[in-house]
Amino acid sequence: MTTSSPALSNRRFIRSSTGYMRRQVVNRVMLSLTGVLTALALLPLFWIIGYVFIKGSQSLSLDFFTKLPTPLGIPGGGVLHAIEGTVVLTILAGLFAIPPGVLAAFYVAGHPNTPLGVAVRFGTDVLAGVPSIVVGLFGYALVVKNQGHYSALAGGIALAIIMLPTIVRTTEEMLKLVPHTLREGSLALGAPEWKTSLSVTLQAAANGILTGFLLGLARASGETAPLLFTALGNEHFEVVRLVQGGLRNGQNLGAILVNLVEQPADSLPLTMWKYAQQPYAERIQQSWAVALVLMLFVLLINILVRVWSHARTSRMQGG
Amino acid sequence: MSLTLTSAEARAPITLPPLVTAVNRERLAATATPASQKMEVNCVSVYYGKFRALADVSISIAPTKITALIGPSGCGKSTLLRSLNRMNDVTPSARLEGEVLLDGANIYAPQTDVVDVRRRVGMVFQRPNPFPKSIYDNVAYGPRLYGVRRKNDLDEIVEHSLRRAALWDEVKDKIGQSGMALSGGQQQRLCIARALAVEPEVILMDEPASALDPVATLKIEELMQELKAEYTIVIVTHNMQQAARVSDYTGMMMMRPDRAGELIEFSATPVIFTRPQDKRTEDYVTGRFG
Repeated sequence: MTTSSPALSNRRFIRSSTGYMRRQVVNRVMLSLTGVLTALALLPLFWIIGYVFIKGSQSLSLDFFTKLPTPLGIPGGGVLHAIEGTVVLTILAGLFAIPPGVLAAFYVAGHPNTPLGVAVRFGTDVLAGVPSIVVGLFGYALVVKNQGHYSALAGGIALAIIMLPTIVRTTEEMLKLVPHTLREGSLALGAPEWKTSLSVTLQAAANGILTGFLLGLARASGETAPLLFTALGNEHFEVVRLVQGGLRNGQNLGAILVNLVEQPADSLPLTMWKYAQQPYAERIQQSWAVALVLMLFVLLINILVRVWSHARTSRMQGG
Repeated sequence: MSLTLTSAEARAPITLPPLVTAVNRERLAATATPASQKMEVNCVSVYYGKFRALADVSISIAPTKITALIGPSGCGKSTLLRSLNRMNDVTPSARLEGEVLLDGANIYAPQTDVVDVRRRVGMVFQRPNPFPKSIYDNVAYGPRLYGVRRKNDLDEIVEHSLRRAALWDEVKDKIGQSGMALSGGQQQRLCIARALAVEPEVILMDEPASALDPVATLKIEELMQELKAEYTIVIVTHNMQQAARVSDYTGMMMMRPDRAGELIEFSATPVIFTRPQDKRTEDYVTGRFG
């Protein structure tokens, strides 16, 4: 540490005044600018929520959730068919998309630079960019054409294809965040790879993976286009009635479930789209209410999963 | 830091007296027959892809003793340690030449079950890595892998392992809570308990105290002294006082000009720290470089 003479020190390059006042003003201006723009970005969200709530809440009643639609001109009735259809389609989509999606993510996270790993990552990116109407046509060609009729099954498969990229990519990201040392701790005890993946890595990444499921389910439950050529729509879709009918005919549970997914099914976005096209004020009014129900449905999934994963986290991470 | 030094001073008189006999032990270690050694590393080289990380290392690990591996960063200490329970297998590009004997049997032989090797040779890592599970499930994880299912048996294993790791009294009332809620030192003892639960014969420790404060470090060191009555311990450490305090034998490793690690000296610990044969060992242990 030698002290250099003033002429040689860096000080001669540095202004004595650092412009404190100017920096403060610039700081204020930039801070307010970012604040205003953030508010602007949030505006559409609250606008949509508020507008849908005002327009839709007028025709909400208990009947709206528990009754099938009434014929035009007869007041009352609800969208039970669409609510149940959405639940059934979302469950089907989850069943078809989550297991292969999670397994693919495990492969990609574990072998990122193998040809197959690169192909899967590239493939999911491309799949995420495929227009959903094309996915609907694919579902038509794959299931409807072969079966000869529209069905909830075809709709579930189409929605699963929509969900798949979200699930693979978010699961992969979450698995990559799990520290390598955690996996090694398990391997060093003699645990095989699959056991380590299942009981240590998966558990450590569970919350993130759940969020991925959630995003995928929320996305799928709001899709319309893939259902146009697959689930079609069905104003008489009523799970309770179908199950009771099956039981009366002496069918076992498996046969009833098969019968259920073989029916064409409706969904909230599909119903909303159909109602909004009709030239009747009461249907358009109901369309707003369906939009509100759809939003509440997605919100409900969100809240449920968050509450559950929060409880899990605080239990496991000792919060 | 001062605490580590004072504890070193306090312990120094206990560690140093065997110095006289240590010279004899050094000869013993050099001429010992393989059968009397717990593990034998014979001419082992480890490659990561084309890079040679370890060059022709041979070392004997004496049973129920603590063997320390010291040396500057990048000299292959951890690579050598990880080759003792085939943890290098996890790295896809890693390849090993030579042989590593555990009780006279080569653990790299084709018919060897890697699961069996890792059960017999446990490992504790640099950073405490408890699983995101309860304390109980952390310890029970290994036994469950090996088929222990009955609640009573598991309870007994968990309590016994936690007692051996000197953690039982601190956690017995919160055994169902997450292992990640413990302090760093407790987490590391939990990881030791987890390793002990499958009754290993050898325990490998990769800088087990480098992420811990001096008090927690002292606890781990005391624990190692207790454990060596039953277990063979190999420890990698950057802390030379630690090696001097806890170990019976010390291996000094260095990086060759081609960046491959080699073992340059191996002796009884007092010999390494007071009368090293190699000039580089002397420079290192006296703090002149490294």
